[in-house]
Amino acid sequence: MSGTATKVPPAELDAEIARILAVHADREGAMLPILHDIQAAFGHVPETAIPAIAHALNLSRAEVHGVISFYHDFHVEHDPLPVIRLCRAESCQARGVEALAAAFAGETRVRIEPIYCLGLCTVGPNAMIGDAVHARLDTSRFAALVERTVVEQAA
Amino acid sequence: MSTTVRISDDALAIACGADAVAAAFVAAGCQVERVSSWGMHWLEPLADIDGHGFGPLSPEDVAAVLAGTSPLAIGRIDAHPFIARQQRLTFARAGRTRPTSLDDYAATGGWVGLHRARELGPEATIAEVTQSGLRGRGGAGFPAGIKWTTVARATGSRKYIVCNADEGDSATFADRMVMEGDPFLLIEGMAIAAHAVGASHGYVYIRSEYPHAIAKMRAAVDLSAAIIAPFRMEVRVGAGSYVCGEETSLLNSLEGKRGEVRAKPPLPAIEGLFGKPTVVNNVLTLAAVPWILAHGGSHYAAVGFGRSRGTMPIQIAGNVRHGGLFEAGFGITLGELVMEIGGGSGSGRPVRAVQVGGPLGAYHTPDDFHLPFDYESFAAADGLIGHAGISVFDDTADMSAQARFAMQFCAVESCGKCTPCRIGSTRGVEVIDRIRARSGRAADRVEALPQMHNARKAPRSLADDIALLEDLCETMKFGSLCAMGGFTPYPVLSALRNFPQDFGLPGPVQEAAE
Repeated sequence: MSGTATKVPPAELDAEIARILAVHADREGAMLPILHDIQAAFGHVPETAIPAIAHALNLSRAEVHGVISFYHDFHVEHDPLPVIRLCRAESCQARGVEALAAAFAGETRVRIEPIYCLGLCTVGPNAMIGDAVHARLDTSRFAALVERTVVEQAA
Repeated sequence: MSTTVRISDDALAIACGADAVAAAFVAAGCQVERVSSWGMHWLEPLADIDGHGFGPLSPEDVAAVLAGTSPLAIGRIDAHPFIARQQRLTFARAGRTRPTSLDDYAATGGWVGLHRARELGPEATIAEVTQSGLRGRGGAGFPAGIKWTTVARATGSRKYIVCNADEGDSATFADRMVMEGDPFLLIEGMAIAAHAVGASHGYVYIRSEYPHAIAKMRAAVDLSAAIIAPFRMEVRVGAGSYVCGEETSLLNSLEGKRGEVRAKPPLPAIEGLFGKPTVVNNVLTLAAVPWILAHGGSHYAAVGFGRSRGTMPIQIAGNVRHGGLFEAGFGITLGELVMEIGGGSGSGRPVRAVQVGGPLGAYHTPDDFHLPFDYESFAAADGLIGHAGISVFDDTADMSAQARFAMQFCAVESCGKCTPCRIGSTRGVEVIDRIRARSGRAADRVEALPQMHNARKAPRSLADDIALLEDLCETMKFGSLCAMGGFTPYPVLSALRNFPQDFGLPGPVQEAAE
């Protein structure tokens, strides 16, 4: 599999997945909590985790794959670029996010992904990096965010 | 004695730089208390010193604030017109308490509603909620008392309370503010609901875009576990799917499945989570319950308009000067909300359009500013109040672009279960693109084939495409399984009808006064 920049040896990966599965063993509807934990641990849900999840939850691999592919938050490929999620919903549109997004359309060092609403609709345009939220963005403030993200990624 | 400064630790305040401002006050020798937000978002970060407000602050302003020379002073916060004009029942603690402090919660009337519900017993508790006239605040407006009665009478080996905190609509943030500012209020509301219907277990399903709300709710659930026992609660996190705000796809998501919509019936009240009787209520619905129990259903019903009783936390957002949370009794007009309270557009340009009710709500013109804010009045005007979010647009907005976005959003977020929503949204984007290009369309190669007897051979004009779009919207509205496909026509058709010039049609004819 390409782009597995996490560089976790297969044995450790399996051990970590087994640990996560054990934590959620007695929960009802454990699928999403399991996927969130795996995504948090590795930055994506490795293909190799799918049979283990399917076995633990008594589902087919196809069912697990179906859940992963349904939700925007889960990815089976590791993304080497840092991600800035820029809100593109109506209230941010009304506050000029489309012009901001267009100004950074050529940015290749970070991935600028759309997100639909951060609930900060009075102070947009807004963005989220990891769990950190940023409001009242204009071109210069957003450029500073991009630079900071690039520097932090390199560090 | 050092000065105590109160600053919000709400996600919005933090996004506006509240942490740096708080650190600057600490560095200046002050004691800083992190509290909930007052909801005056244009003033965030807002510092509260002995009830007097200063904002919006940056760290450089701190010295002037402490010296008493700051031009950012707004006087007494509770006397500010934006606050003084509100009737805060659900948001009574906003700006006043530390979110995860059990002491603050108990000292401001917390748990009174739960204790009263336990004294009254389940049936009388439901009777209070029924008498209050409380309707579901998620958008559908279904009477909470009737839903609870159905679940209470249903038989099942166990029952659930599910709180829908998947607040995905743009221009809405009231759920987030409850969870980040007053999490015990929601917990108390859920505990009362559990007591009323006989539920043992509750879930709060929070969208993953709200990490601050998730952290606060988890902390609050842990802190209050003994108070709400034997009822047990758990926070579950969504995964970026808008449609999971629909109650049946939310239940599927909680069960660990794809967030696809279920057909109704069976109603979730009869066969909900894991097939058991389940109350699914919005955050604001459940958060209104403690007040109703503490003060009595009749007092809640005394506020409001028509069949919409009580207060609604209205969220004024988008391109607006004074954006924030405005809780008021139903019946206040749209114009008062946008122009008087919101102060018009933030850019200073004329207000052109106002979307009420999120991505599935209609675009209104200032001609609709007389509409009273209640479920029935907006339905009569081909709109909806939804979760009471208002997004303001100035005269630079291109309404055909907004209509296109509505279809595109539906295409991205459709769960794929039903055809009108899954296919219709994509076809809708295509039709609107042709309308925007004013291109019309010639018959394509397949349509031109001689064996395609029923296919149209003549080119389609702009008028044909408009008629096609209206027809498509009709199909989506009446043929979709849930509100995602069923309500996407609201923004599309309202944009088309209210702003025809943006679609290459003649402008609206001025109607003679009746």
